[in-house]
Parts: sequence; structure tokens; C-alpha cells
Amino acid sequence: MARLTPDNVEIALEIIGRYPRPKSALIPLLHLAQEQDGHVTDEAMAHIAELVGVSAAEVLGTASFYEMFKFEPVGRYMVNICTNISCQLMGGEELLEHAEHTLGIRPGQTTADGLFTIEDVECIAACTEAPCLQVNYRYFHRITNEEFDQLVADLRAGARNDIPAHGTLARVRQRIPVDRRAGVVTPEDTAQPVWLAGSQEAKS
Amino acid sequence: MSDTEAPAVDGVVVEINGHEVVARKGELLIDAAERAGTYIPRFCYHERMKPVGMCRMCLVEVDSGRGPALQPSCMIECTPGMKVDTESEITKKAQDGVLEFLLLNHPLDCPVCDKGGECPLQDQTMAYGPGESRMVEEKRHKEKPIPISELVLLDRERCILCDRCTRFAKEVAGDPLIHFIHRGNNTEVNTFPDEPFASYFSGNTVQICPVGALTASTYRFKARPWDLETTESTCQGCSFGCRISIDSSRDQIQRFSGVDIDPVNWGWLCDKGRFSSEAVNAAGRLGEPLLRTASGLAPARWSEALAAAAAALSAADPAAIGVIGGARLTNEDAYAWSKLFKGVLGTDNVDAQLGDGLPAEALLGLPRTTIDDLCAPGGTVVLLGPDPKEELPVLFLRLRHAVENDGVTLLEISPRRSGISSLAAVSLQPRPGETGELLRALTAGTEADRDIAGIPVDRVNAMRALLAAAAGPVKVVLGRSSVGESEAVTLDATSVLLAARPDTVFLPAVRRANIHGALDMGLAPGLLPGRVGLDAARDWFGSRWPSVPAARGLDTTGILTAAAAGRLEVLVLLGADPLADFPDARLAERAIAGVRTIISVDTLLNTTSERAHIVLAAAGFAEKAGTTTNLEGRVSTLSQRVTPPGTARPDWVLATELASRLGADLGFASPAEILAEISAVVPSHLGLTADLLAQAPDGLVLPIGATSGLPAPVAFTPTPAVPAPPVDAYAFRLVATRKLYDQGTIVQAGPHLSGLAAGTSVRVNPYDFDRIGVAAGGTVSVRSPQATLVMPIHADAGVPRGTAAVVVNQAEHRVAELMNVGDVICELLIETTS
Ligand code: SF4
Ligand code: SF4
Ligand code: FES
Ligand code: FES
Repeated sequence: MARLTPDNVEIALEIIGRYPRPKSALIPLLHLAQEQDGHVTDEAMAHIAELVGVSAAEVLGTASFYEMFKFEPVGRYMVNICTNISCQLMGGEELLEHAEHTLGIRPGQTTADGLFTIEDVECIAACTEAPCLQVNYRYFHRITNEEFDQLVADLRAGARNDIPAHGTLARVRQRIPVDRRAGVVTPEDTAQPVWLAGSQEAKS
Repeated sequence: MSDTEAPAVDGVVVEINGHEVVARKGELLIDAAERAGTYIPRFCYHERMKPVGMCRMCLVEVDSGRGPALQPSCMIECTPGMKVDTESEITKKAQDGVLEFLLLNHPLDCPVCDKGGECPLQDQTMAYGPGESRMVEEKRHKEKPIPISELVLLDRERCILCDRCTRFAKEVAGDPLIHFIHRGNNTEVNTFPDEPFASYFSGNTVQICPVGALTASTYRFKARPWDLETTESTCQGCSFGCRISIDSSRDQIQRFSGVDIDPVNWGWLCDKGRFSSEAVNAAGRLGEPLLRTASGLAPARWSEALAAAAAALSAADPAAIGVIGGARLTNEDAYAWSKLFKGVLGTDNVDAQLGDGLPAEALLGLPRTTIDDLCAPGGTVVLLGPDPKEELPVLFLRLRHAVENDGVTLLEISPRRSGISSLAAVSLQPRPGETGELLRALTAGTEADRDIAGIPVDRVNAMRALLAAAAGPVKVVLGRSSVGESEAVTLDATSVLLAARPDTVFLPAVRRANIHGALDMGLAPGLLPGRVGLDAARDWFGSRWPSVPAARGLDTTGILTAAAAGRLEVLVLLGADPLADFPDARLAERAIAGVRTIISVDTLLNTTSERAHIVLAAAGFAEKAGTTTNLEGRVSTLSQRVTPPGTARPDWVLATELASRLGADLGFASPAEILAEISAVVPSHLGLTADLLAQAPDGLVLPIGATSGLPAPVAFTPTPAVPAPPVDAYAFRLVATRKLYDQGTIVQAGPHLSGLAAGTSVRVNPYDFDRIGVAAGGTVSVRSPQATLVMPIHADAGVPRGTAAVVVNQAEHRVAELMNVGDVICELLIETTS
């Protein structure tokens, strides 16, 4: 738990290589750090700052804008329960209350076993499926109290392989072959967007 | 950006509140309005930084042909025919609304806030804001001031998020260590955890913060603005000569602030200069003279001390008197001492430098450039001197601006990577002793075909190509980048460059406060006041002074050598501390032990003056009026703001007192009379009157008048090539540089700066560790032919292979003991201690 591991540094360098300016890779690198440790540690931010050539304060300045980056340890499963208007009408607040009872924690807290953190969130764009929630950003639609308890039981039992630990965005990491990259021309150095040049080349 | 510049011919005519105003092309509306006498309120806009449009305080009604609309005047350029109303109902409502929003969460701290009374938020709320708040809810609360560095505290409740401090840190200083974090409803300025805002320029953020969110630890709760008395003066923290204002209350210095003058500092100061305010009131300031007794230095009467000093001086053979120092002085002080020692006593063993600069003939005799010319758009600047960030910090800011915004090409030649290396188009690190070799390759007619001075051939040729491509004269920042190598190496490099490009101009970068003024006043061997040589000006001064020294005397090295050999009877130290500053500590030690009488004229005791026999208490900065001269040769005024401690006296008074005890009358009784004599007698300063200076708030660059019919000024004589020393594969070549914060008086006299002197270790390239056989952070013995020091060792990729870098004048490790003055380089063996 700290700086990026050597394996992750390799991935980080590959990610940095996709962008015309190293600091453009900041967000993907923060995800990488969060995937490594479950949250974004100070050490990882300082390491990312070195890798992309900005100050640690600048990394923090960018990272702290985004709710999805956590700077304190959170549970293996981040449960986001929507309480915005559609979900509220359809029982979202009751679902949240039920979740609090089931897990014995308040929003923002983590269970003692380190497995669950609950957050009440604003609309997660699944209003047609209200009330809904996400576990590590995977959707669960029209959730009843019973279904919620079952979900918790399954997660506890390790029966939900489809939901990796908090921080992992996808099981399969995106790899962009070098020849498919947009190129490393800085925007100021080109008359037209690099992607446009690329697509015109492809057409001709 | 001075207000006096005439509008450019291709001006843009706009209408502001019904009046026609001619704006410059591309000028921001907020600036054009201000020049025309209409002040538009603002928080985030600062004329020395790029606009960001953060605060919306500058909204005005602008009609660019499509009907009036509110626009932030700091973000729009004037366009022809634009009609602007800064006083309309809509504008007023906008200003009122912006202020109400800004005050929603602003605490009612004014009575306990350092900014109260000079706060733009207070002032503009009074002028443009609502009389009353409609906010009845609880305000946001944050922990009251948190230190973001040793010098600056941040009160986040007071912050209005104008982005001035953060922009300054990134844009101007290049130290983006503070940033907006938790952006959104909870935005705040902060540092990264455990990574303080350790910038040499942090104090500027306190000055430009439009509220009391950023305060200086040196000034908290010290004074209220309406109690302050203010005078303009010139910073004496280094020779860059930033213009400052000095605030005092109750006859005590409270703070220094930057004053914006176009040719020099643009309003910025470095933290050493700004917080040197504390050195004026320092504990330990001498308020009375001291005489050595059996039990050490003891307070004495002025009559006794002056009599003792006069007796020692009159008893000594002039050739056995040595005078070291002078950078602490005003020009008037320096002239008075010069006249006393050279004109009355007839000794020429006088040197304002401490063996760590360059010969006066080079500093005064090379064709000079100004800061503005150095930084002029599109030029090529060669840095052949010290790290400006460490030694002349605001020069670093000006160079940084020139490179980042004005297309200046910076070519750095330095013994190790420095604070400015990342801005250089090419930065080369020749082996110590081989800079001349490198310059020969850089100026040669054909490309190099081999590595030079340890630098790969392609890098040499890269710089060679840029140098060859330089349009117009090359401008050189010239100084002593490492005292670990002889000045002859720098002079060799200078000679080569000047021979290849005779139109090259120089900014002499030796750093001590008024060193250039002291040299101008003749405080150097072989010179007389006015940048003239002893022989060239013998007749001129022969008829104006009581006498002129018979022959060229000794420089500091010579004086100390003579003292060590027992040939010096009296050593006078004008604010100098050779034991700490002379680059050969063992010679300095033998000299101090070997001289019969040491007279120290100083504001505080230092390591050398503690061993003096007679100590004359001198008035210091802000305690006396006069003039000073910066590295460009710009003369500007110094003002008295407070009374000196006790009975301490200005140096010029001491010089005249001593003269009269020696039976001579120096002929002046005030700094004004000295300046009048200087303007009448000193060739380079002819016509420099107090009236002229009073009309020139930016100071005056010399010479100002005709130069014909005067003694010929000193000229730089090209020096012989220094052959590259043979490479010893077992040894490391020493690189000895300075840091901004060291054991010098200004830093150590202030409680807030003294802790910032970081000490030194020996730093070598990571690839060199194997052959030493210790781990980084371990302890090694560093051995030169002179001395062995046991010091910690660290890896530093900025130090080239085969060299070892140390910092001089830090606590604990006296690295000056390693060096032997006169050697071209200093070779070290680094070994494990076991
Ligand atoms: S601390 Fe001051 S300068 Fe910095 S953003 Fe806040 S109000 Fe502006
Ligand atoms: S750069 Fe020099 S003159 Fe300017 S504030 Fe700093 S110490 Fe003073
Ligand atoms: S309101 Fe819950 S998903 Fe939109
Ligand atoms: S001064 Fe223009 S938006 Fe702040």
C-alpha cells in the first residue's frame, strides 16, 4: 500500500504513452492507484506526480474533484444507494434505511470487517429502474429489501465473482496498440485535431 | 506596464463612461480603463499575471455592437468602438451581488485580521457592496490558520478563491505547491499533505492575497496599517536591488513589501529579502562599541574605541593595513571608507569581495547589460554563473518569465544542475576546471568531434548550434558558479566568448547586497572610485583627494596570505566574515590568528568579529539614508526608517571620525554632502545628483552623462587559457555552491529564516555510489589535500559523474576547509569511514 508497484508502473508508463502530454494521463493513473490499494493513497499521488511531471498538490487538486476517488480506506464493496427524486418516490430512502440496519452502519461508514461502505448518492441515471443502487459501480435495479439482504449475503459468501474489489473498473484492461494511438503530437503543434488527421489517413 | 508609456500608434479607440479612450492593441479593458482614470474593482486580476476571470468583481456593461451586456473587464480586450459603462445600474447591481456572494461565507474577522485596514475586500465592500447581509445561516467553518510553510499561514475561511496565490505559485514562481483542492462546493486552497509551500517566493502570496487568508508568520498581529509609517527603499538581501517599501511602527521595523518597478522586480520579492525585515531588529544587534580586554570583548566608550582604532591605523605601515568587505555599505559609506583608506591612509590593500567572486576589473570592465535587455524578447542568454534561484532569486523570476513568455533561449553552463536548468534550452555541466575548454568548442568554427569536458559530443553541438543561431548580441549572466574552482576558469571562458563574439554583453552576477556600489567606490585593489584604475586616475584623484596609493595593493586572498605570514598589522573588516565566507577556511583561520589588530565594523558579531580587538557598532539597513547600486549599475535610494540601536553609527560617520583623529578632514558631514562629492568627483557618477535621483523612482543606470575627458574606465583584459586538469579516475572534483538560506547574517539574525538553512551533505551522482561502497544516507570521509571532513552522502542525479557537490557556509560541515585558494580545482577522495 503505497507507491505504485513495479508492475503497475509499467502499466502507468504504457498509459502515459498514449497521450501527447504526460499529465493528461492523470485520471487513468489515479484509477490504477485506486485499483491497487482500494483507495488513492498519498504515496500513490506523490508517485503519479513524479511520473507525469507535475506537483503532488496538482495531482491532489485534480483527484479531489472526483467523488469516485476515495482518499481514505473504504470497504471492499462500495454500495451507492440512490435517494434522488425517482428513487425516492419508489422507496429509495426506505431502502437506504434498510441497508443501514442490515449492515449496522451509516452512510459514509465502513463495516468492521472492511467489506462494505454505504453512500447515499444522487441520481445514477437509472431512474426507470428505481429504486436502484450500485455495488462498485455495477447496477442493481428495482431492489427490494430481501434482494438487498441476499446481495449482501452473497457478497459476504464470496459468491459474486462478477463484482471485483473496489477500485477495479474492469477485469480486462484496455490495451491500445501503439499503431492505434492518436499520436503524441501536442495540440498546439497541429493545425487540426490529431484524431481527424488519423481518420482522414485511414480513409485515403 | 508603466502608466507613463504613451499609447501605441495602432491604438484602439473605445468609449468608457462616455469618454473616448485610446487603448493599446490587445489591452485588457480593465487596464485601459485604469490608465484612463477609471478604476474597476477587482480581486483576482493582477497586472503581473494572466487574467482568469475567477471573481467576477470586474463585471461592467460592455456594448460591442450587439447591445450592452455584463462582461468581466479583466478577460476582454479592447476592440474598436466598444462602449463601456462602469457605473450603470446593472453594473452596480452586479458588483453588489458579487460582493454579497463573496461575503456569504466570509467570517467577520476584520478586527483580528492582519489585512484589516488595507483589505481590498473590506474597501470594495464599503465602496460597491451591500450595506447589510441577508445571510442568516451559519457560515462555513474551517480550522483557523494552518501553516502552509514556515513563513506563511492560511486561513481558509477568509479565502475568496481568487486564484492569485495559486497562479503566482505556478505561473510566476514555478512552484505549484499550493492548489485548489476539493473543488466544488468545498473548494479550498491547500498544499499536499506533508509537502509545505516551501517556495523561495512564498511571501509574495501574502502580499497579493486580496483578503487576510494568507498571512506572514513574521507579521501576525504586529501592527495595524493605520499605525504604520512607510518609506520606499531598496532591498539589500542581494545585489539584484528589488524596490521595497518599509513599514515601521513605534520605531520598529514591521515588514517589507515589494514595490512594482518595471526595470527590476515587478513587485516581487524573494522570501530572504522580504523577511530580512527581522534582521533589523535582531537580538544581538550591537548598540555600542566593544574593546578586547583580558576577559574578552567588553563595552567601551566611543571615544576610547575610535582612539584605539585610530592609534592602530596610524601606527601601521600603510602596506601592512588590509581592508576586507563593503557590500553591506551604502555608496556614501563606501566612498567615505575609500577616501579614508586610499586617500588618507594610502593603503590599496582594500577588497570588498571575499575571494568568492570575480576580479573587479572583470565585473566593472566588461560591457554591461541591464535586466530588461537581458530578458528582452527573442534573445539568447548564456548563464555562466551561479544558480540565480539560490543567489539572485528575483533575477530567476525575470529569467523564468523571459523564457516562458518571451521566447528567450537560455543556455546554461553550470557545474551541476540548478534551479533554472529545467528552463534552459540546453544545460551543460562541464567538469570543474574545463569550462574554458567547453567554450572553445562552443565557439569553434566547426562542430566538435569528441566529448568535451566530460559532456557528450552531441550535447556540445546542440548548444553550439543554438549559440551560433543567436541573433544579436549574446547576453551573459556572469559569476562564480562554484567556489570549488578557480576564478581563472570563469575568466578563461569569458575571454573565449568575448573573442568569438565581441558584441557580447554581461550582467555581473555577484550577489552581496551593494557589492557593485562598493566596487564602484573603489573598494578593490588597483581601483579608485568611478570604475577607474589607480594609474589611469592618479592625476584626477591626485588633485581631488589628499593622496592616492602609490601602487596596486592586495586583494582579499593576498591580504589574508599576508596576515597568515605575520606581515599584516591591522585588518579592518567592513561587515565581512572571512572565517565563514572565504573559500579557504584554513588560510582565513591562520590569517585571523596572525594579524596584530582586527577592527571590525559591523551590526552584529559574527565568527570573525568575535575575535576582533576593536568592534565599532554600525547602523544597518533602514537605519541610515543613502544610495545603493545593483548589478546593472542602477543607483537607487536607501531610506532611513528607524533609529539605530543604542549609539550605533553609520559607517560614513565612523570614517569621518577616524579621519579627524588621524588629522584629516574628509570634507563632508552628511550622506547628502557625500553624494554631492560623488557626483562631482567620481568619474562614472558625474552629475548623479540627489535631485536627479528624486525624479527617478526606478533609479538610474550609470553612467548618465558624458564620458569624454575623464580617466579611462577599467577594461577587462582577456586572460590566458586554463589547461584542462588531468582526469584522476579515483578522485571527485569538488563543486561548492551556495544556497539562499545559509549561515549569513541576514538569514541567521531572523528567527523565522534561520531554521531554513538546510545544512549540507556531499552529493554525488547515483552511478558513482558503487565505487564508494556506501549506501545513500550513510557517512563518508571526504578528503582533500587540505582537510578531511566526515559528512553524510546523498545521491543526486543533478550532479555529474566524477564530481562531488557541497554547499558552502552551512552549519556543521565547514566545507571551506577542503579548498586551497589558488588551485584550479579541488580534488577529493571519498571513502567509507570504517
Ligand atoms: S488565499 Fe488569498 S490569494 Fe489565495 S485564492 Fe484565497 S483569497 Fe485568493
Ligand atoms: S532578489 Fe535580492 S534584492 Fe530582491 S528581494 Fe531577494 S534578496 Fe532582496
Ligand atoms: S433518481 Fe435514482 S437513478 Fe435517477
Ligand atoms: S478581476 Fe475580473 S473576474 Fe476577477
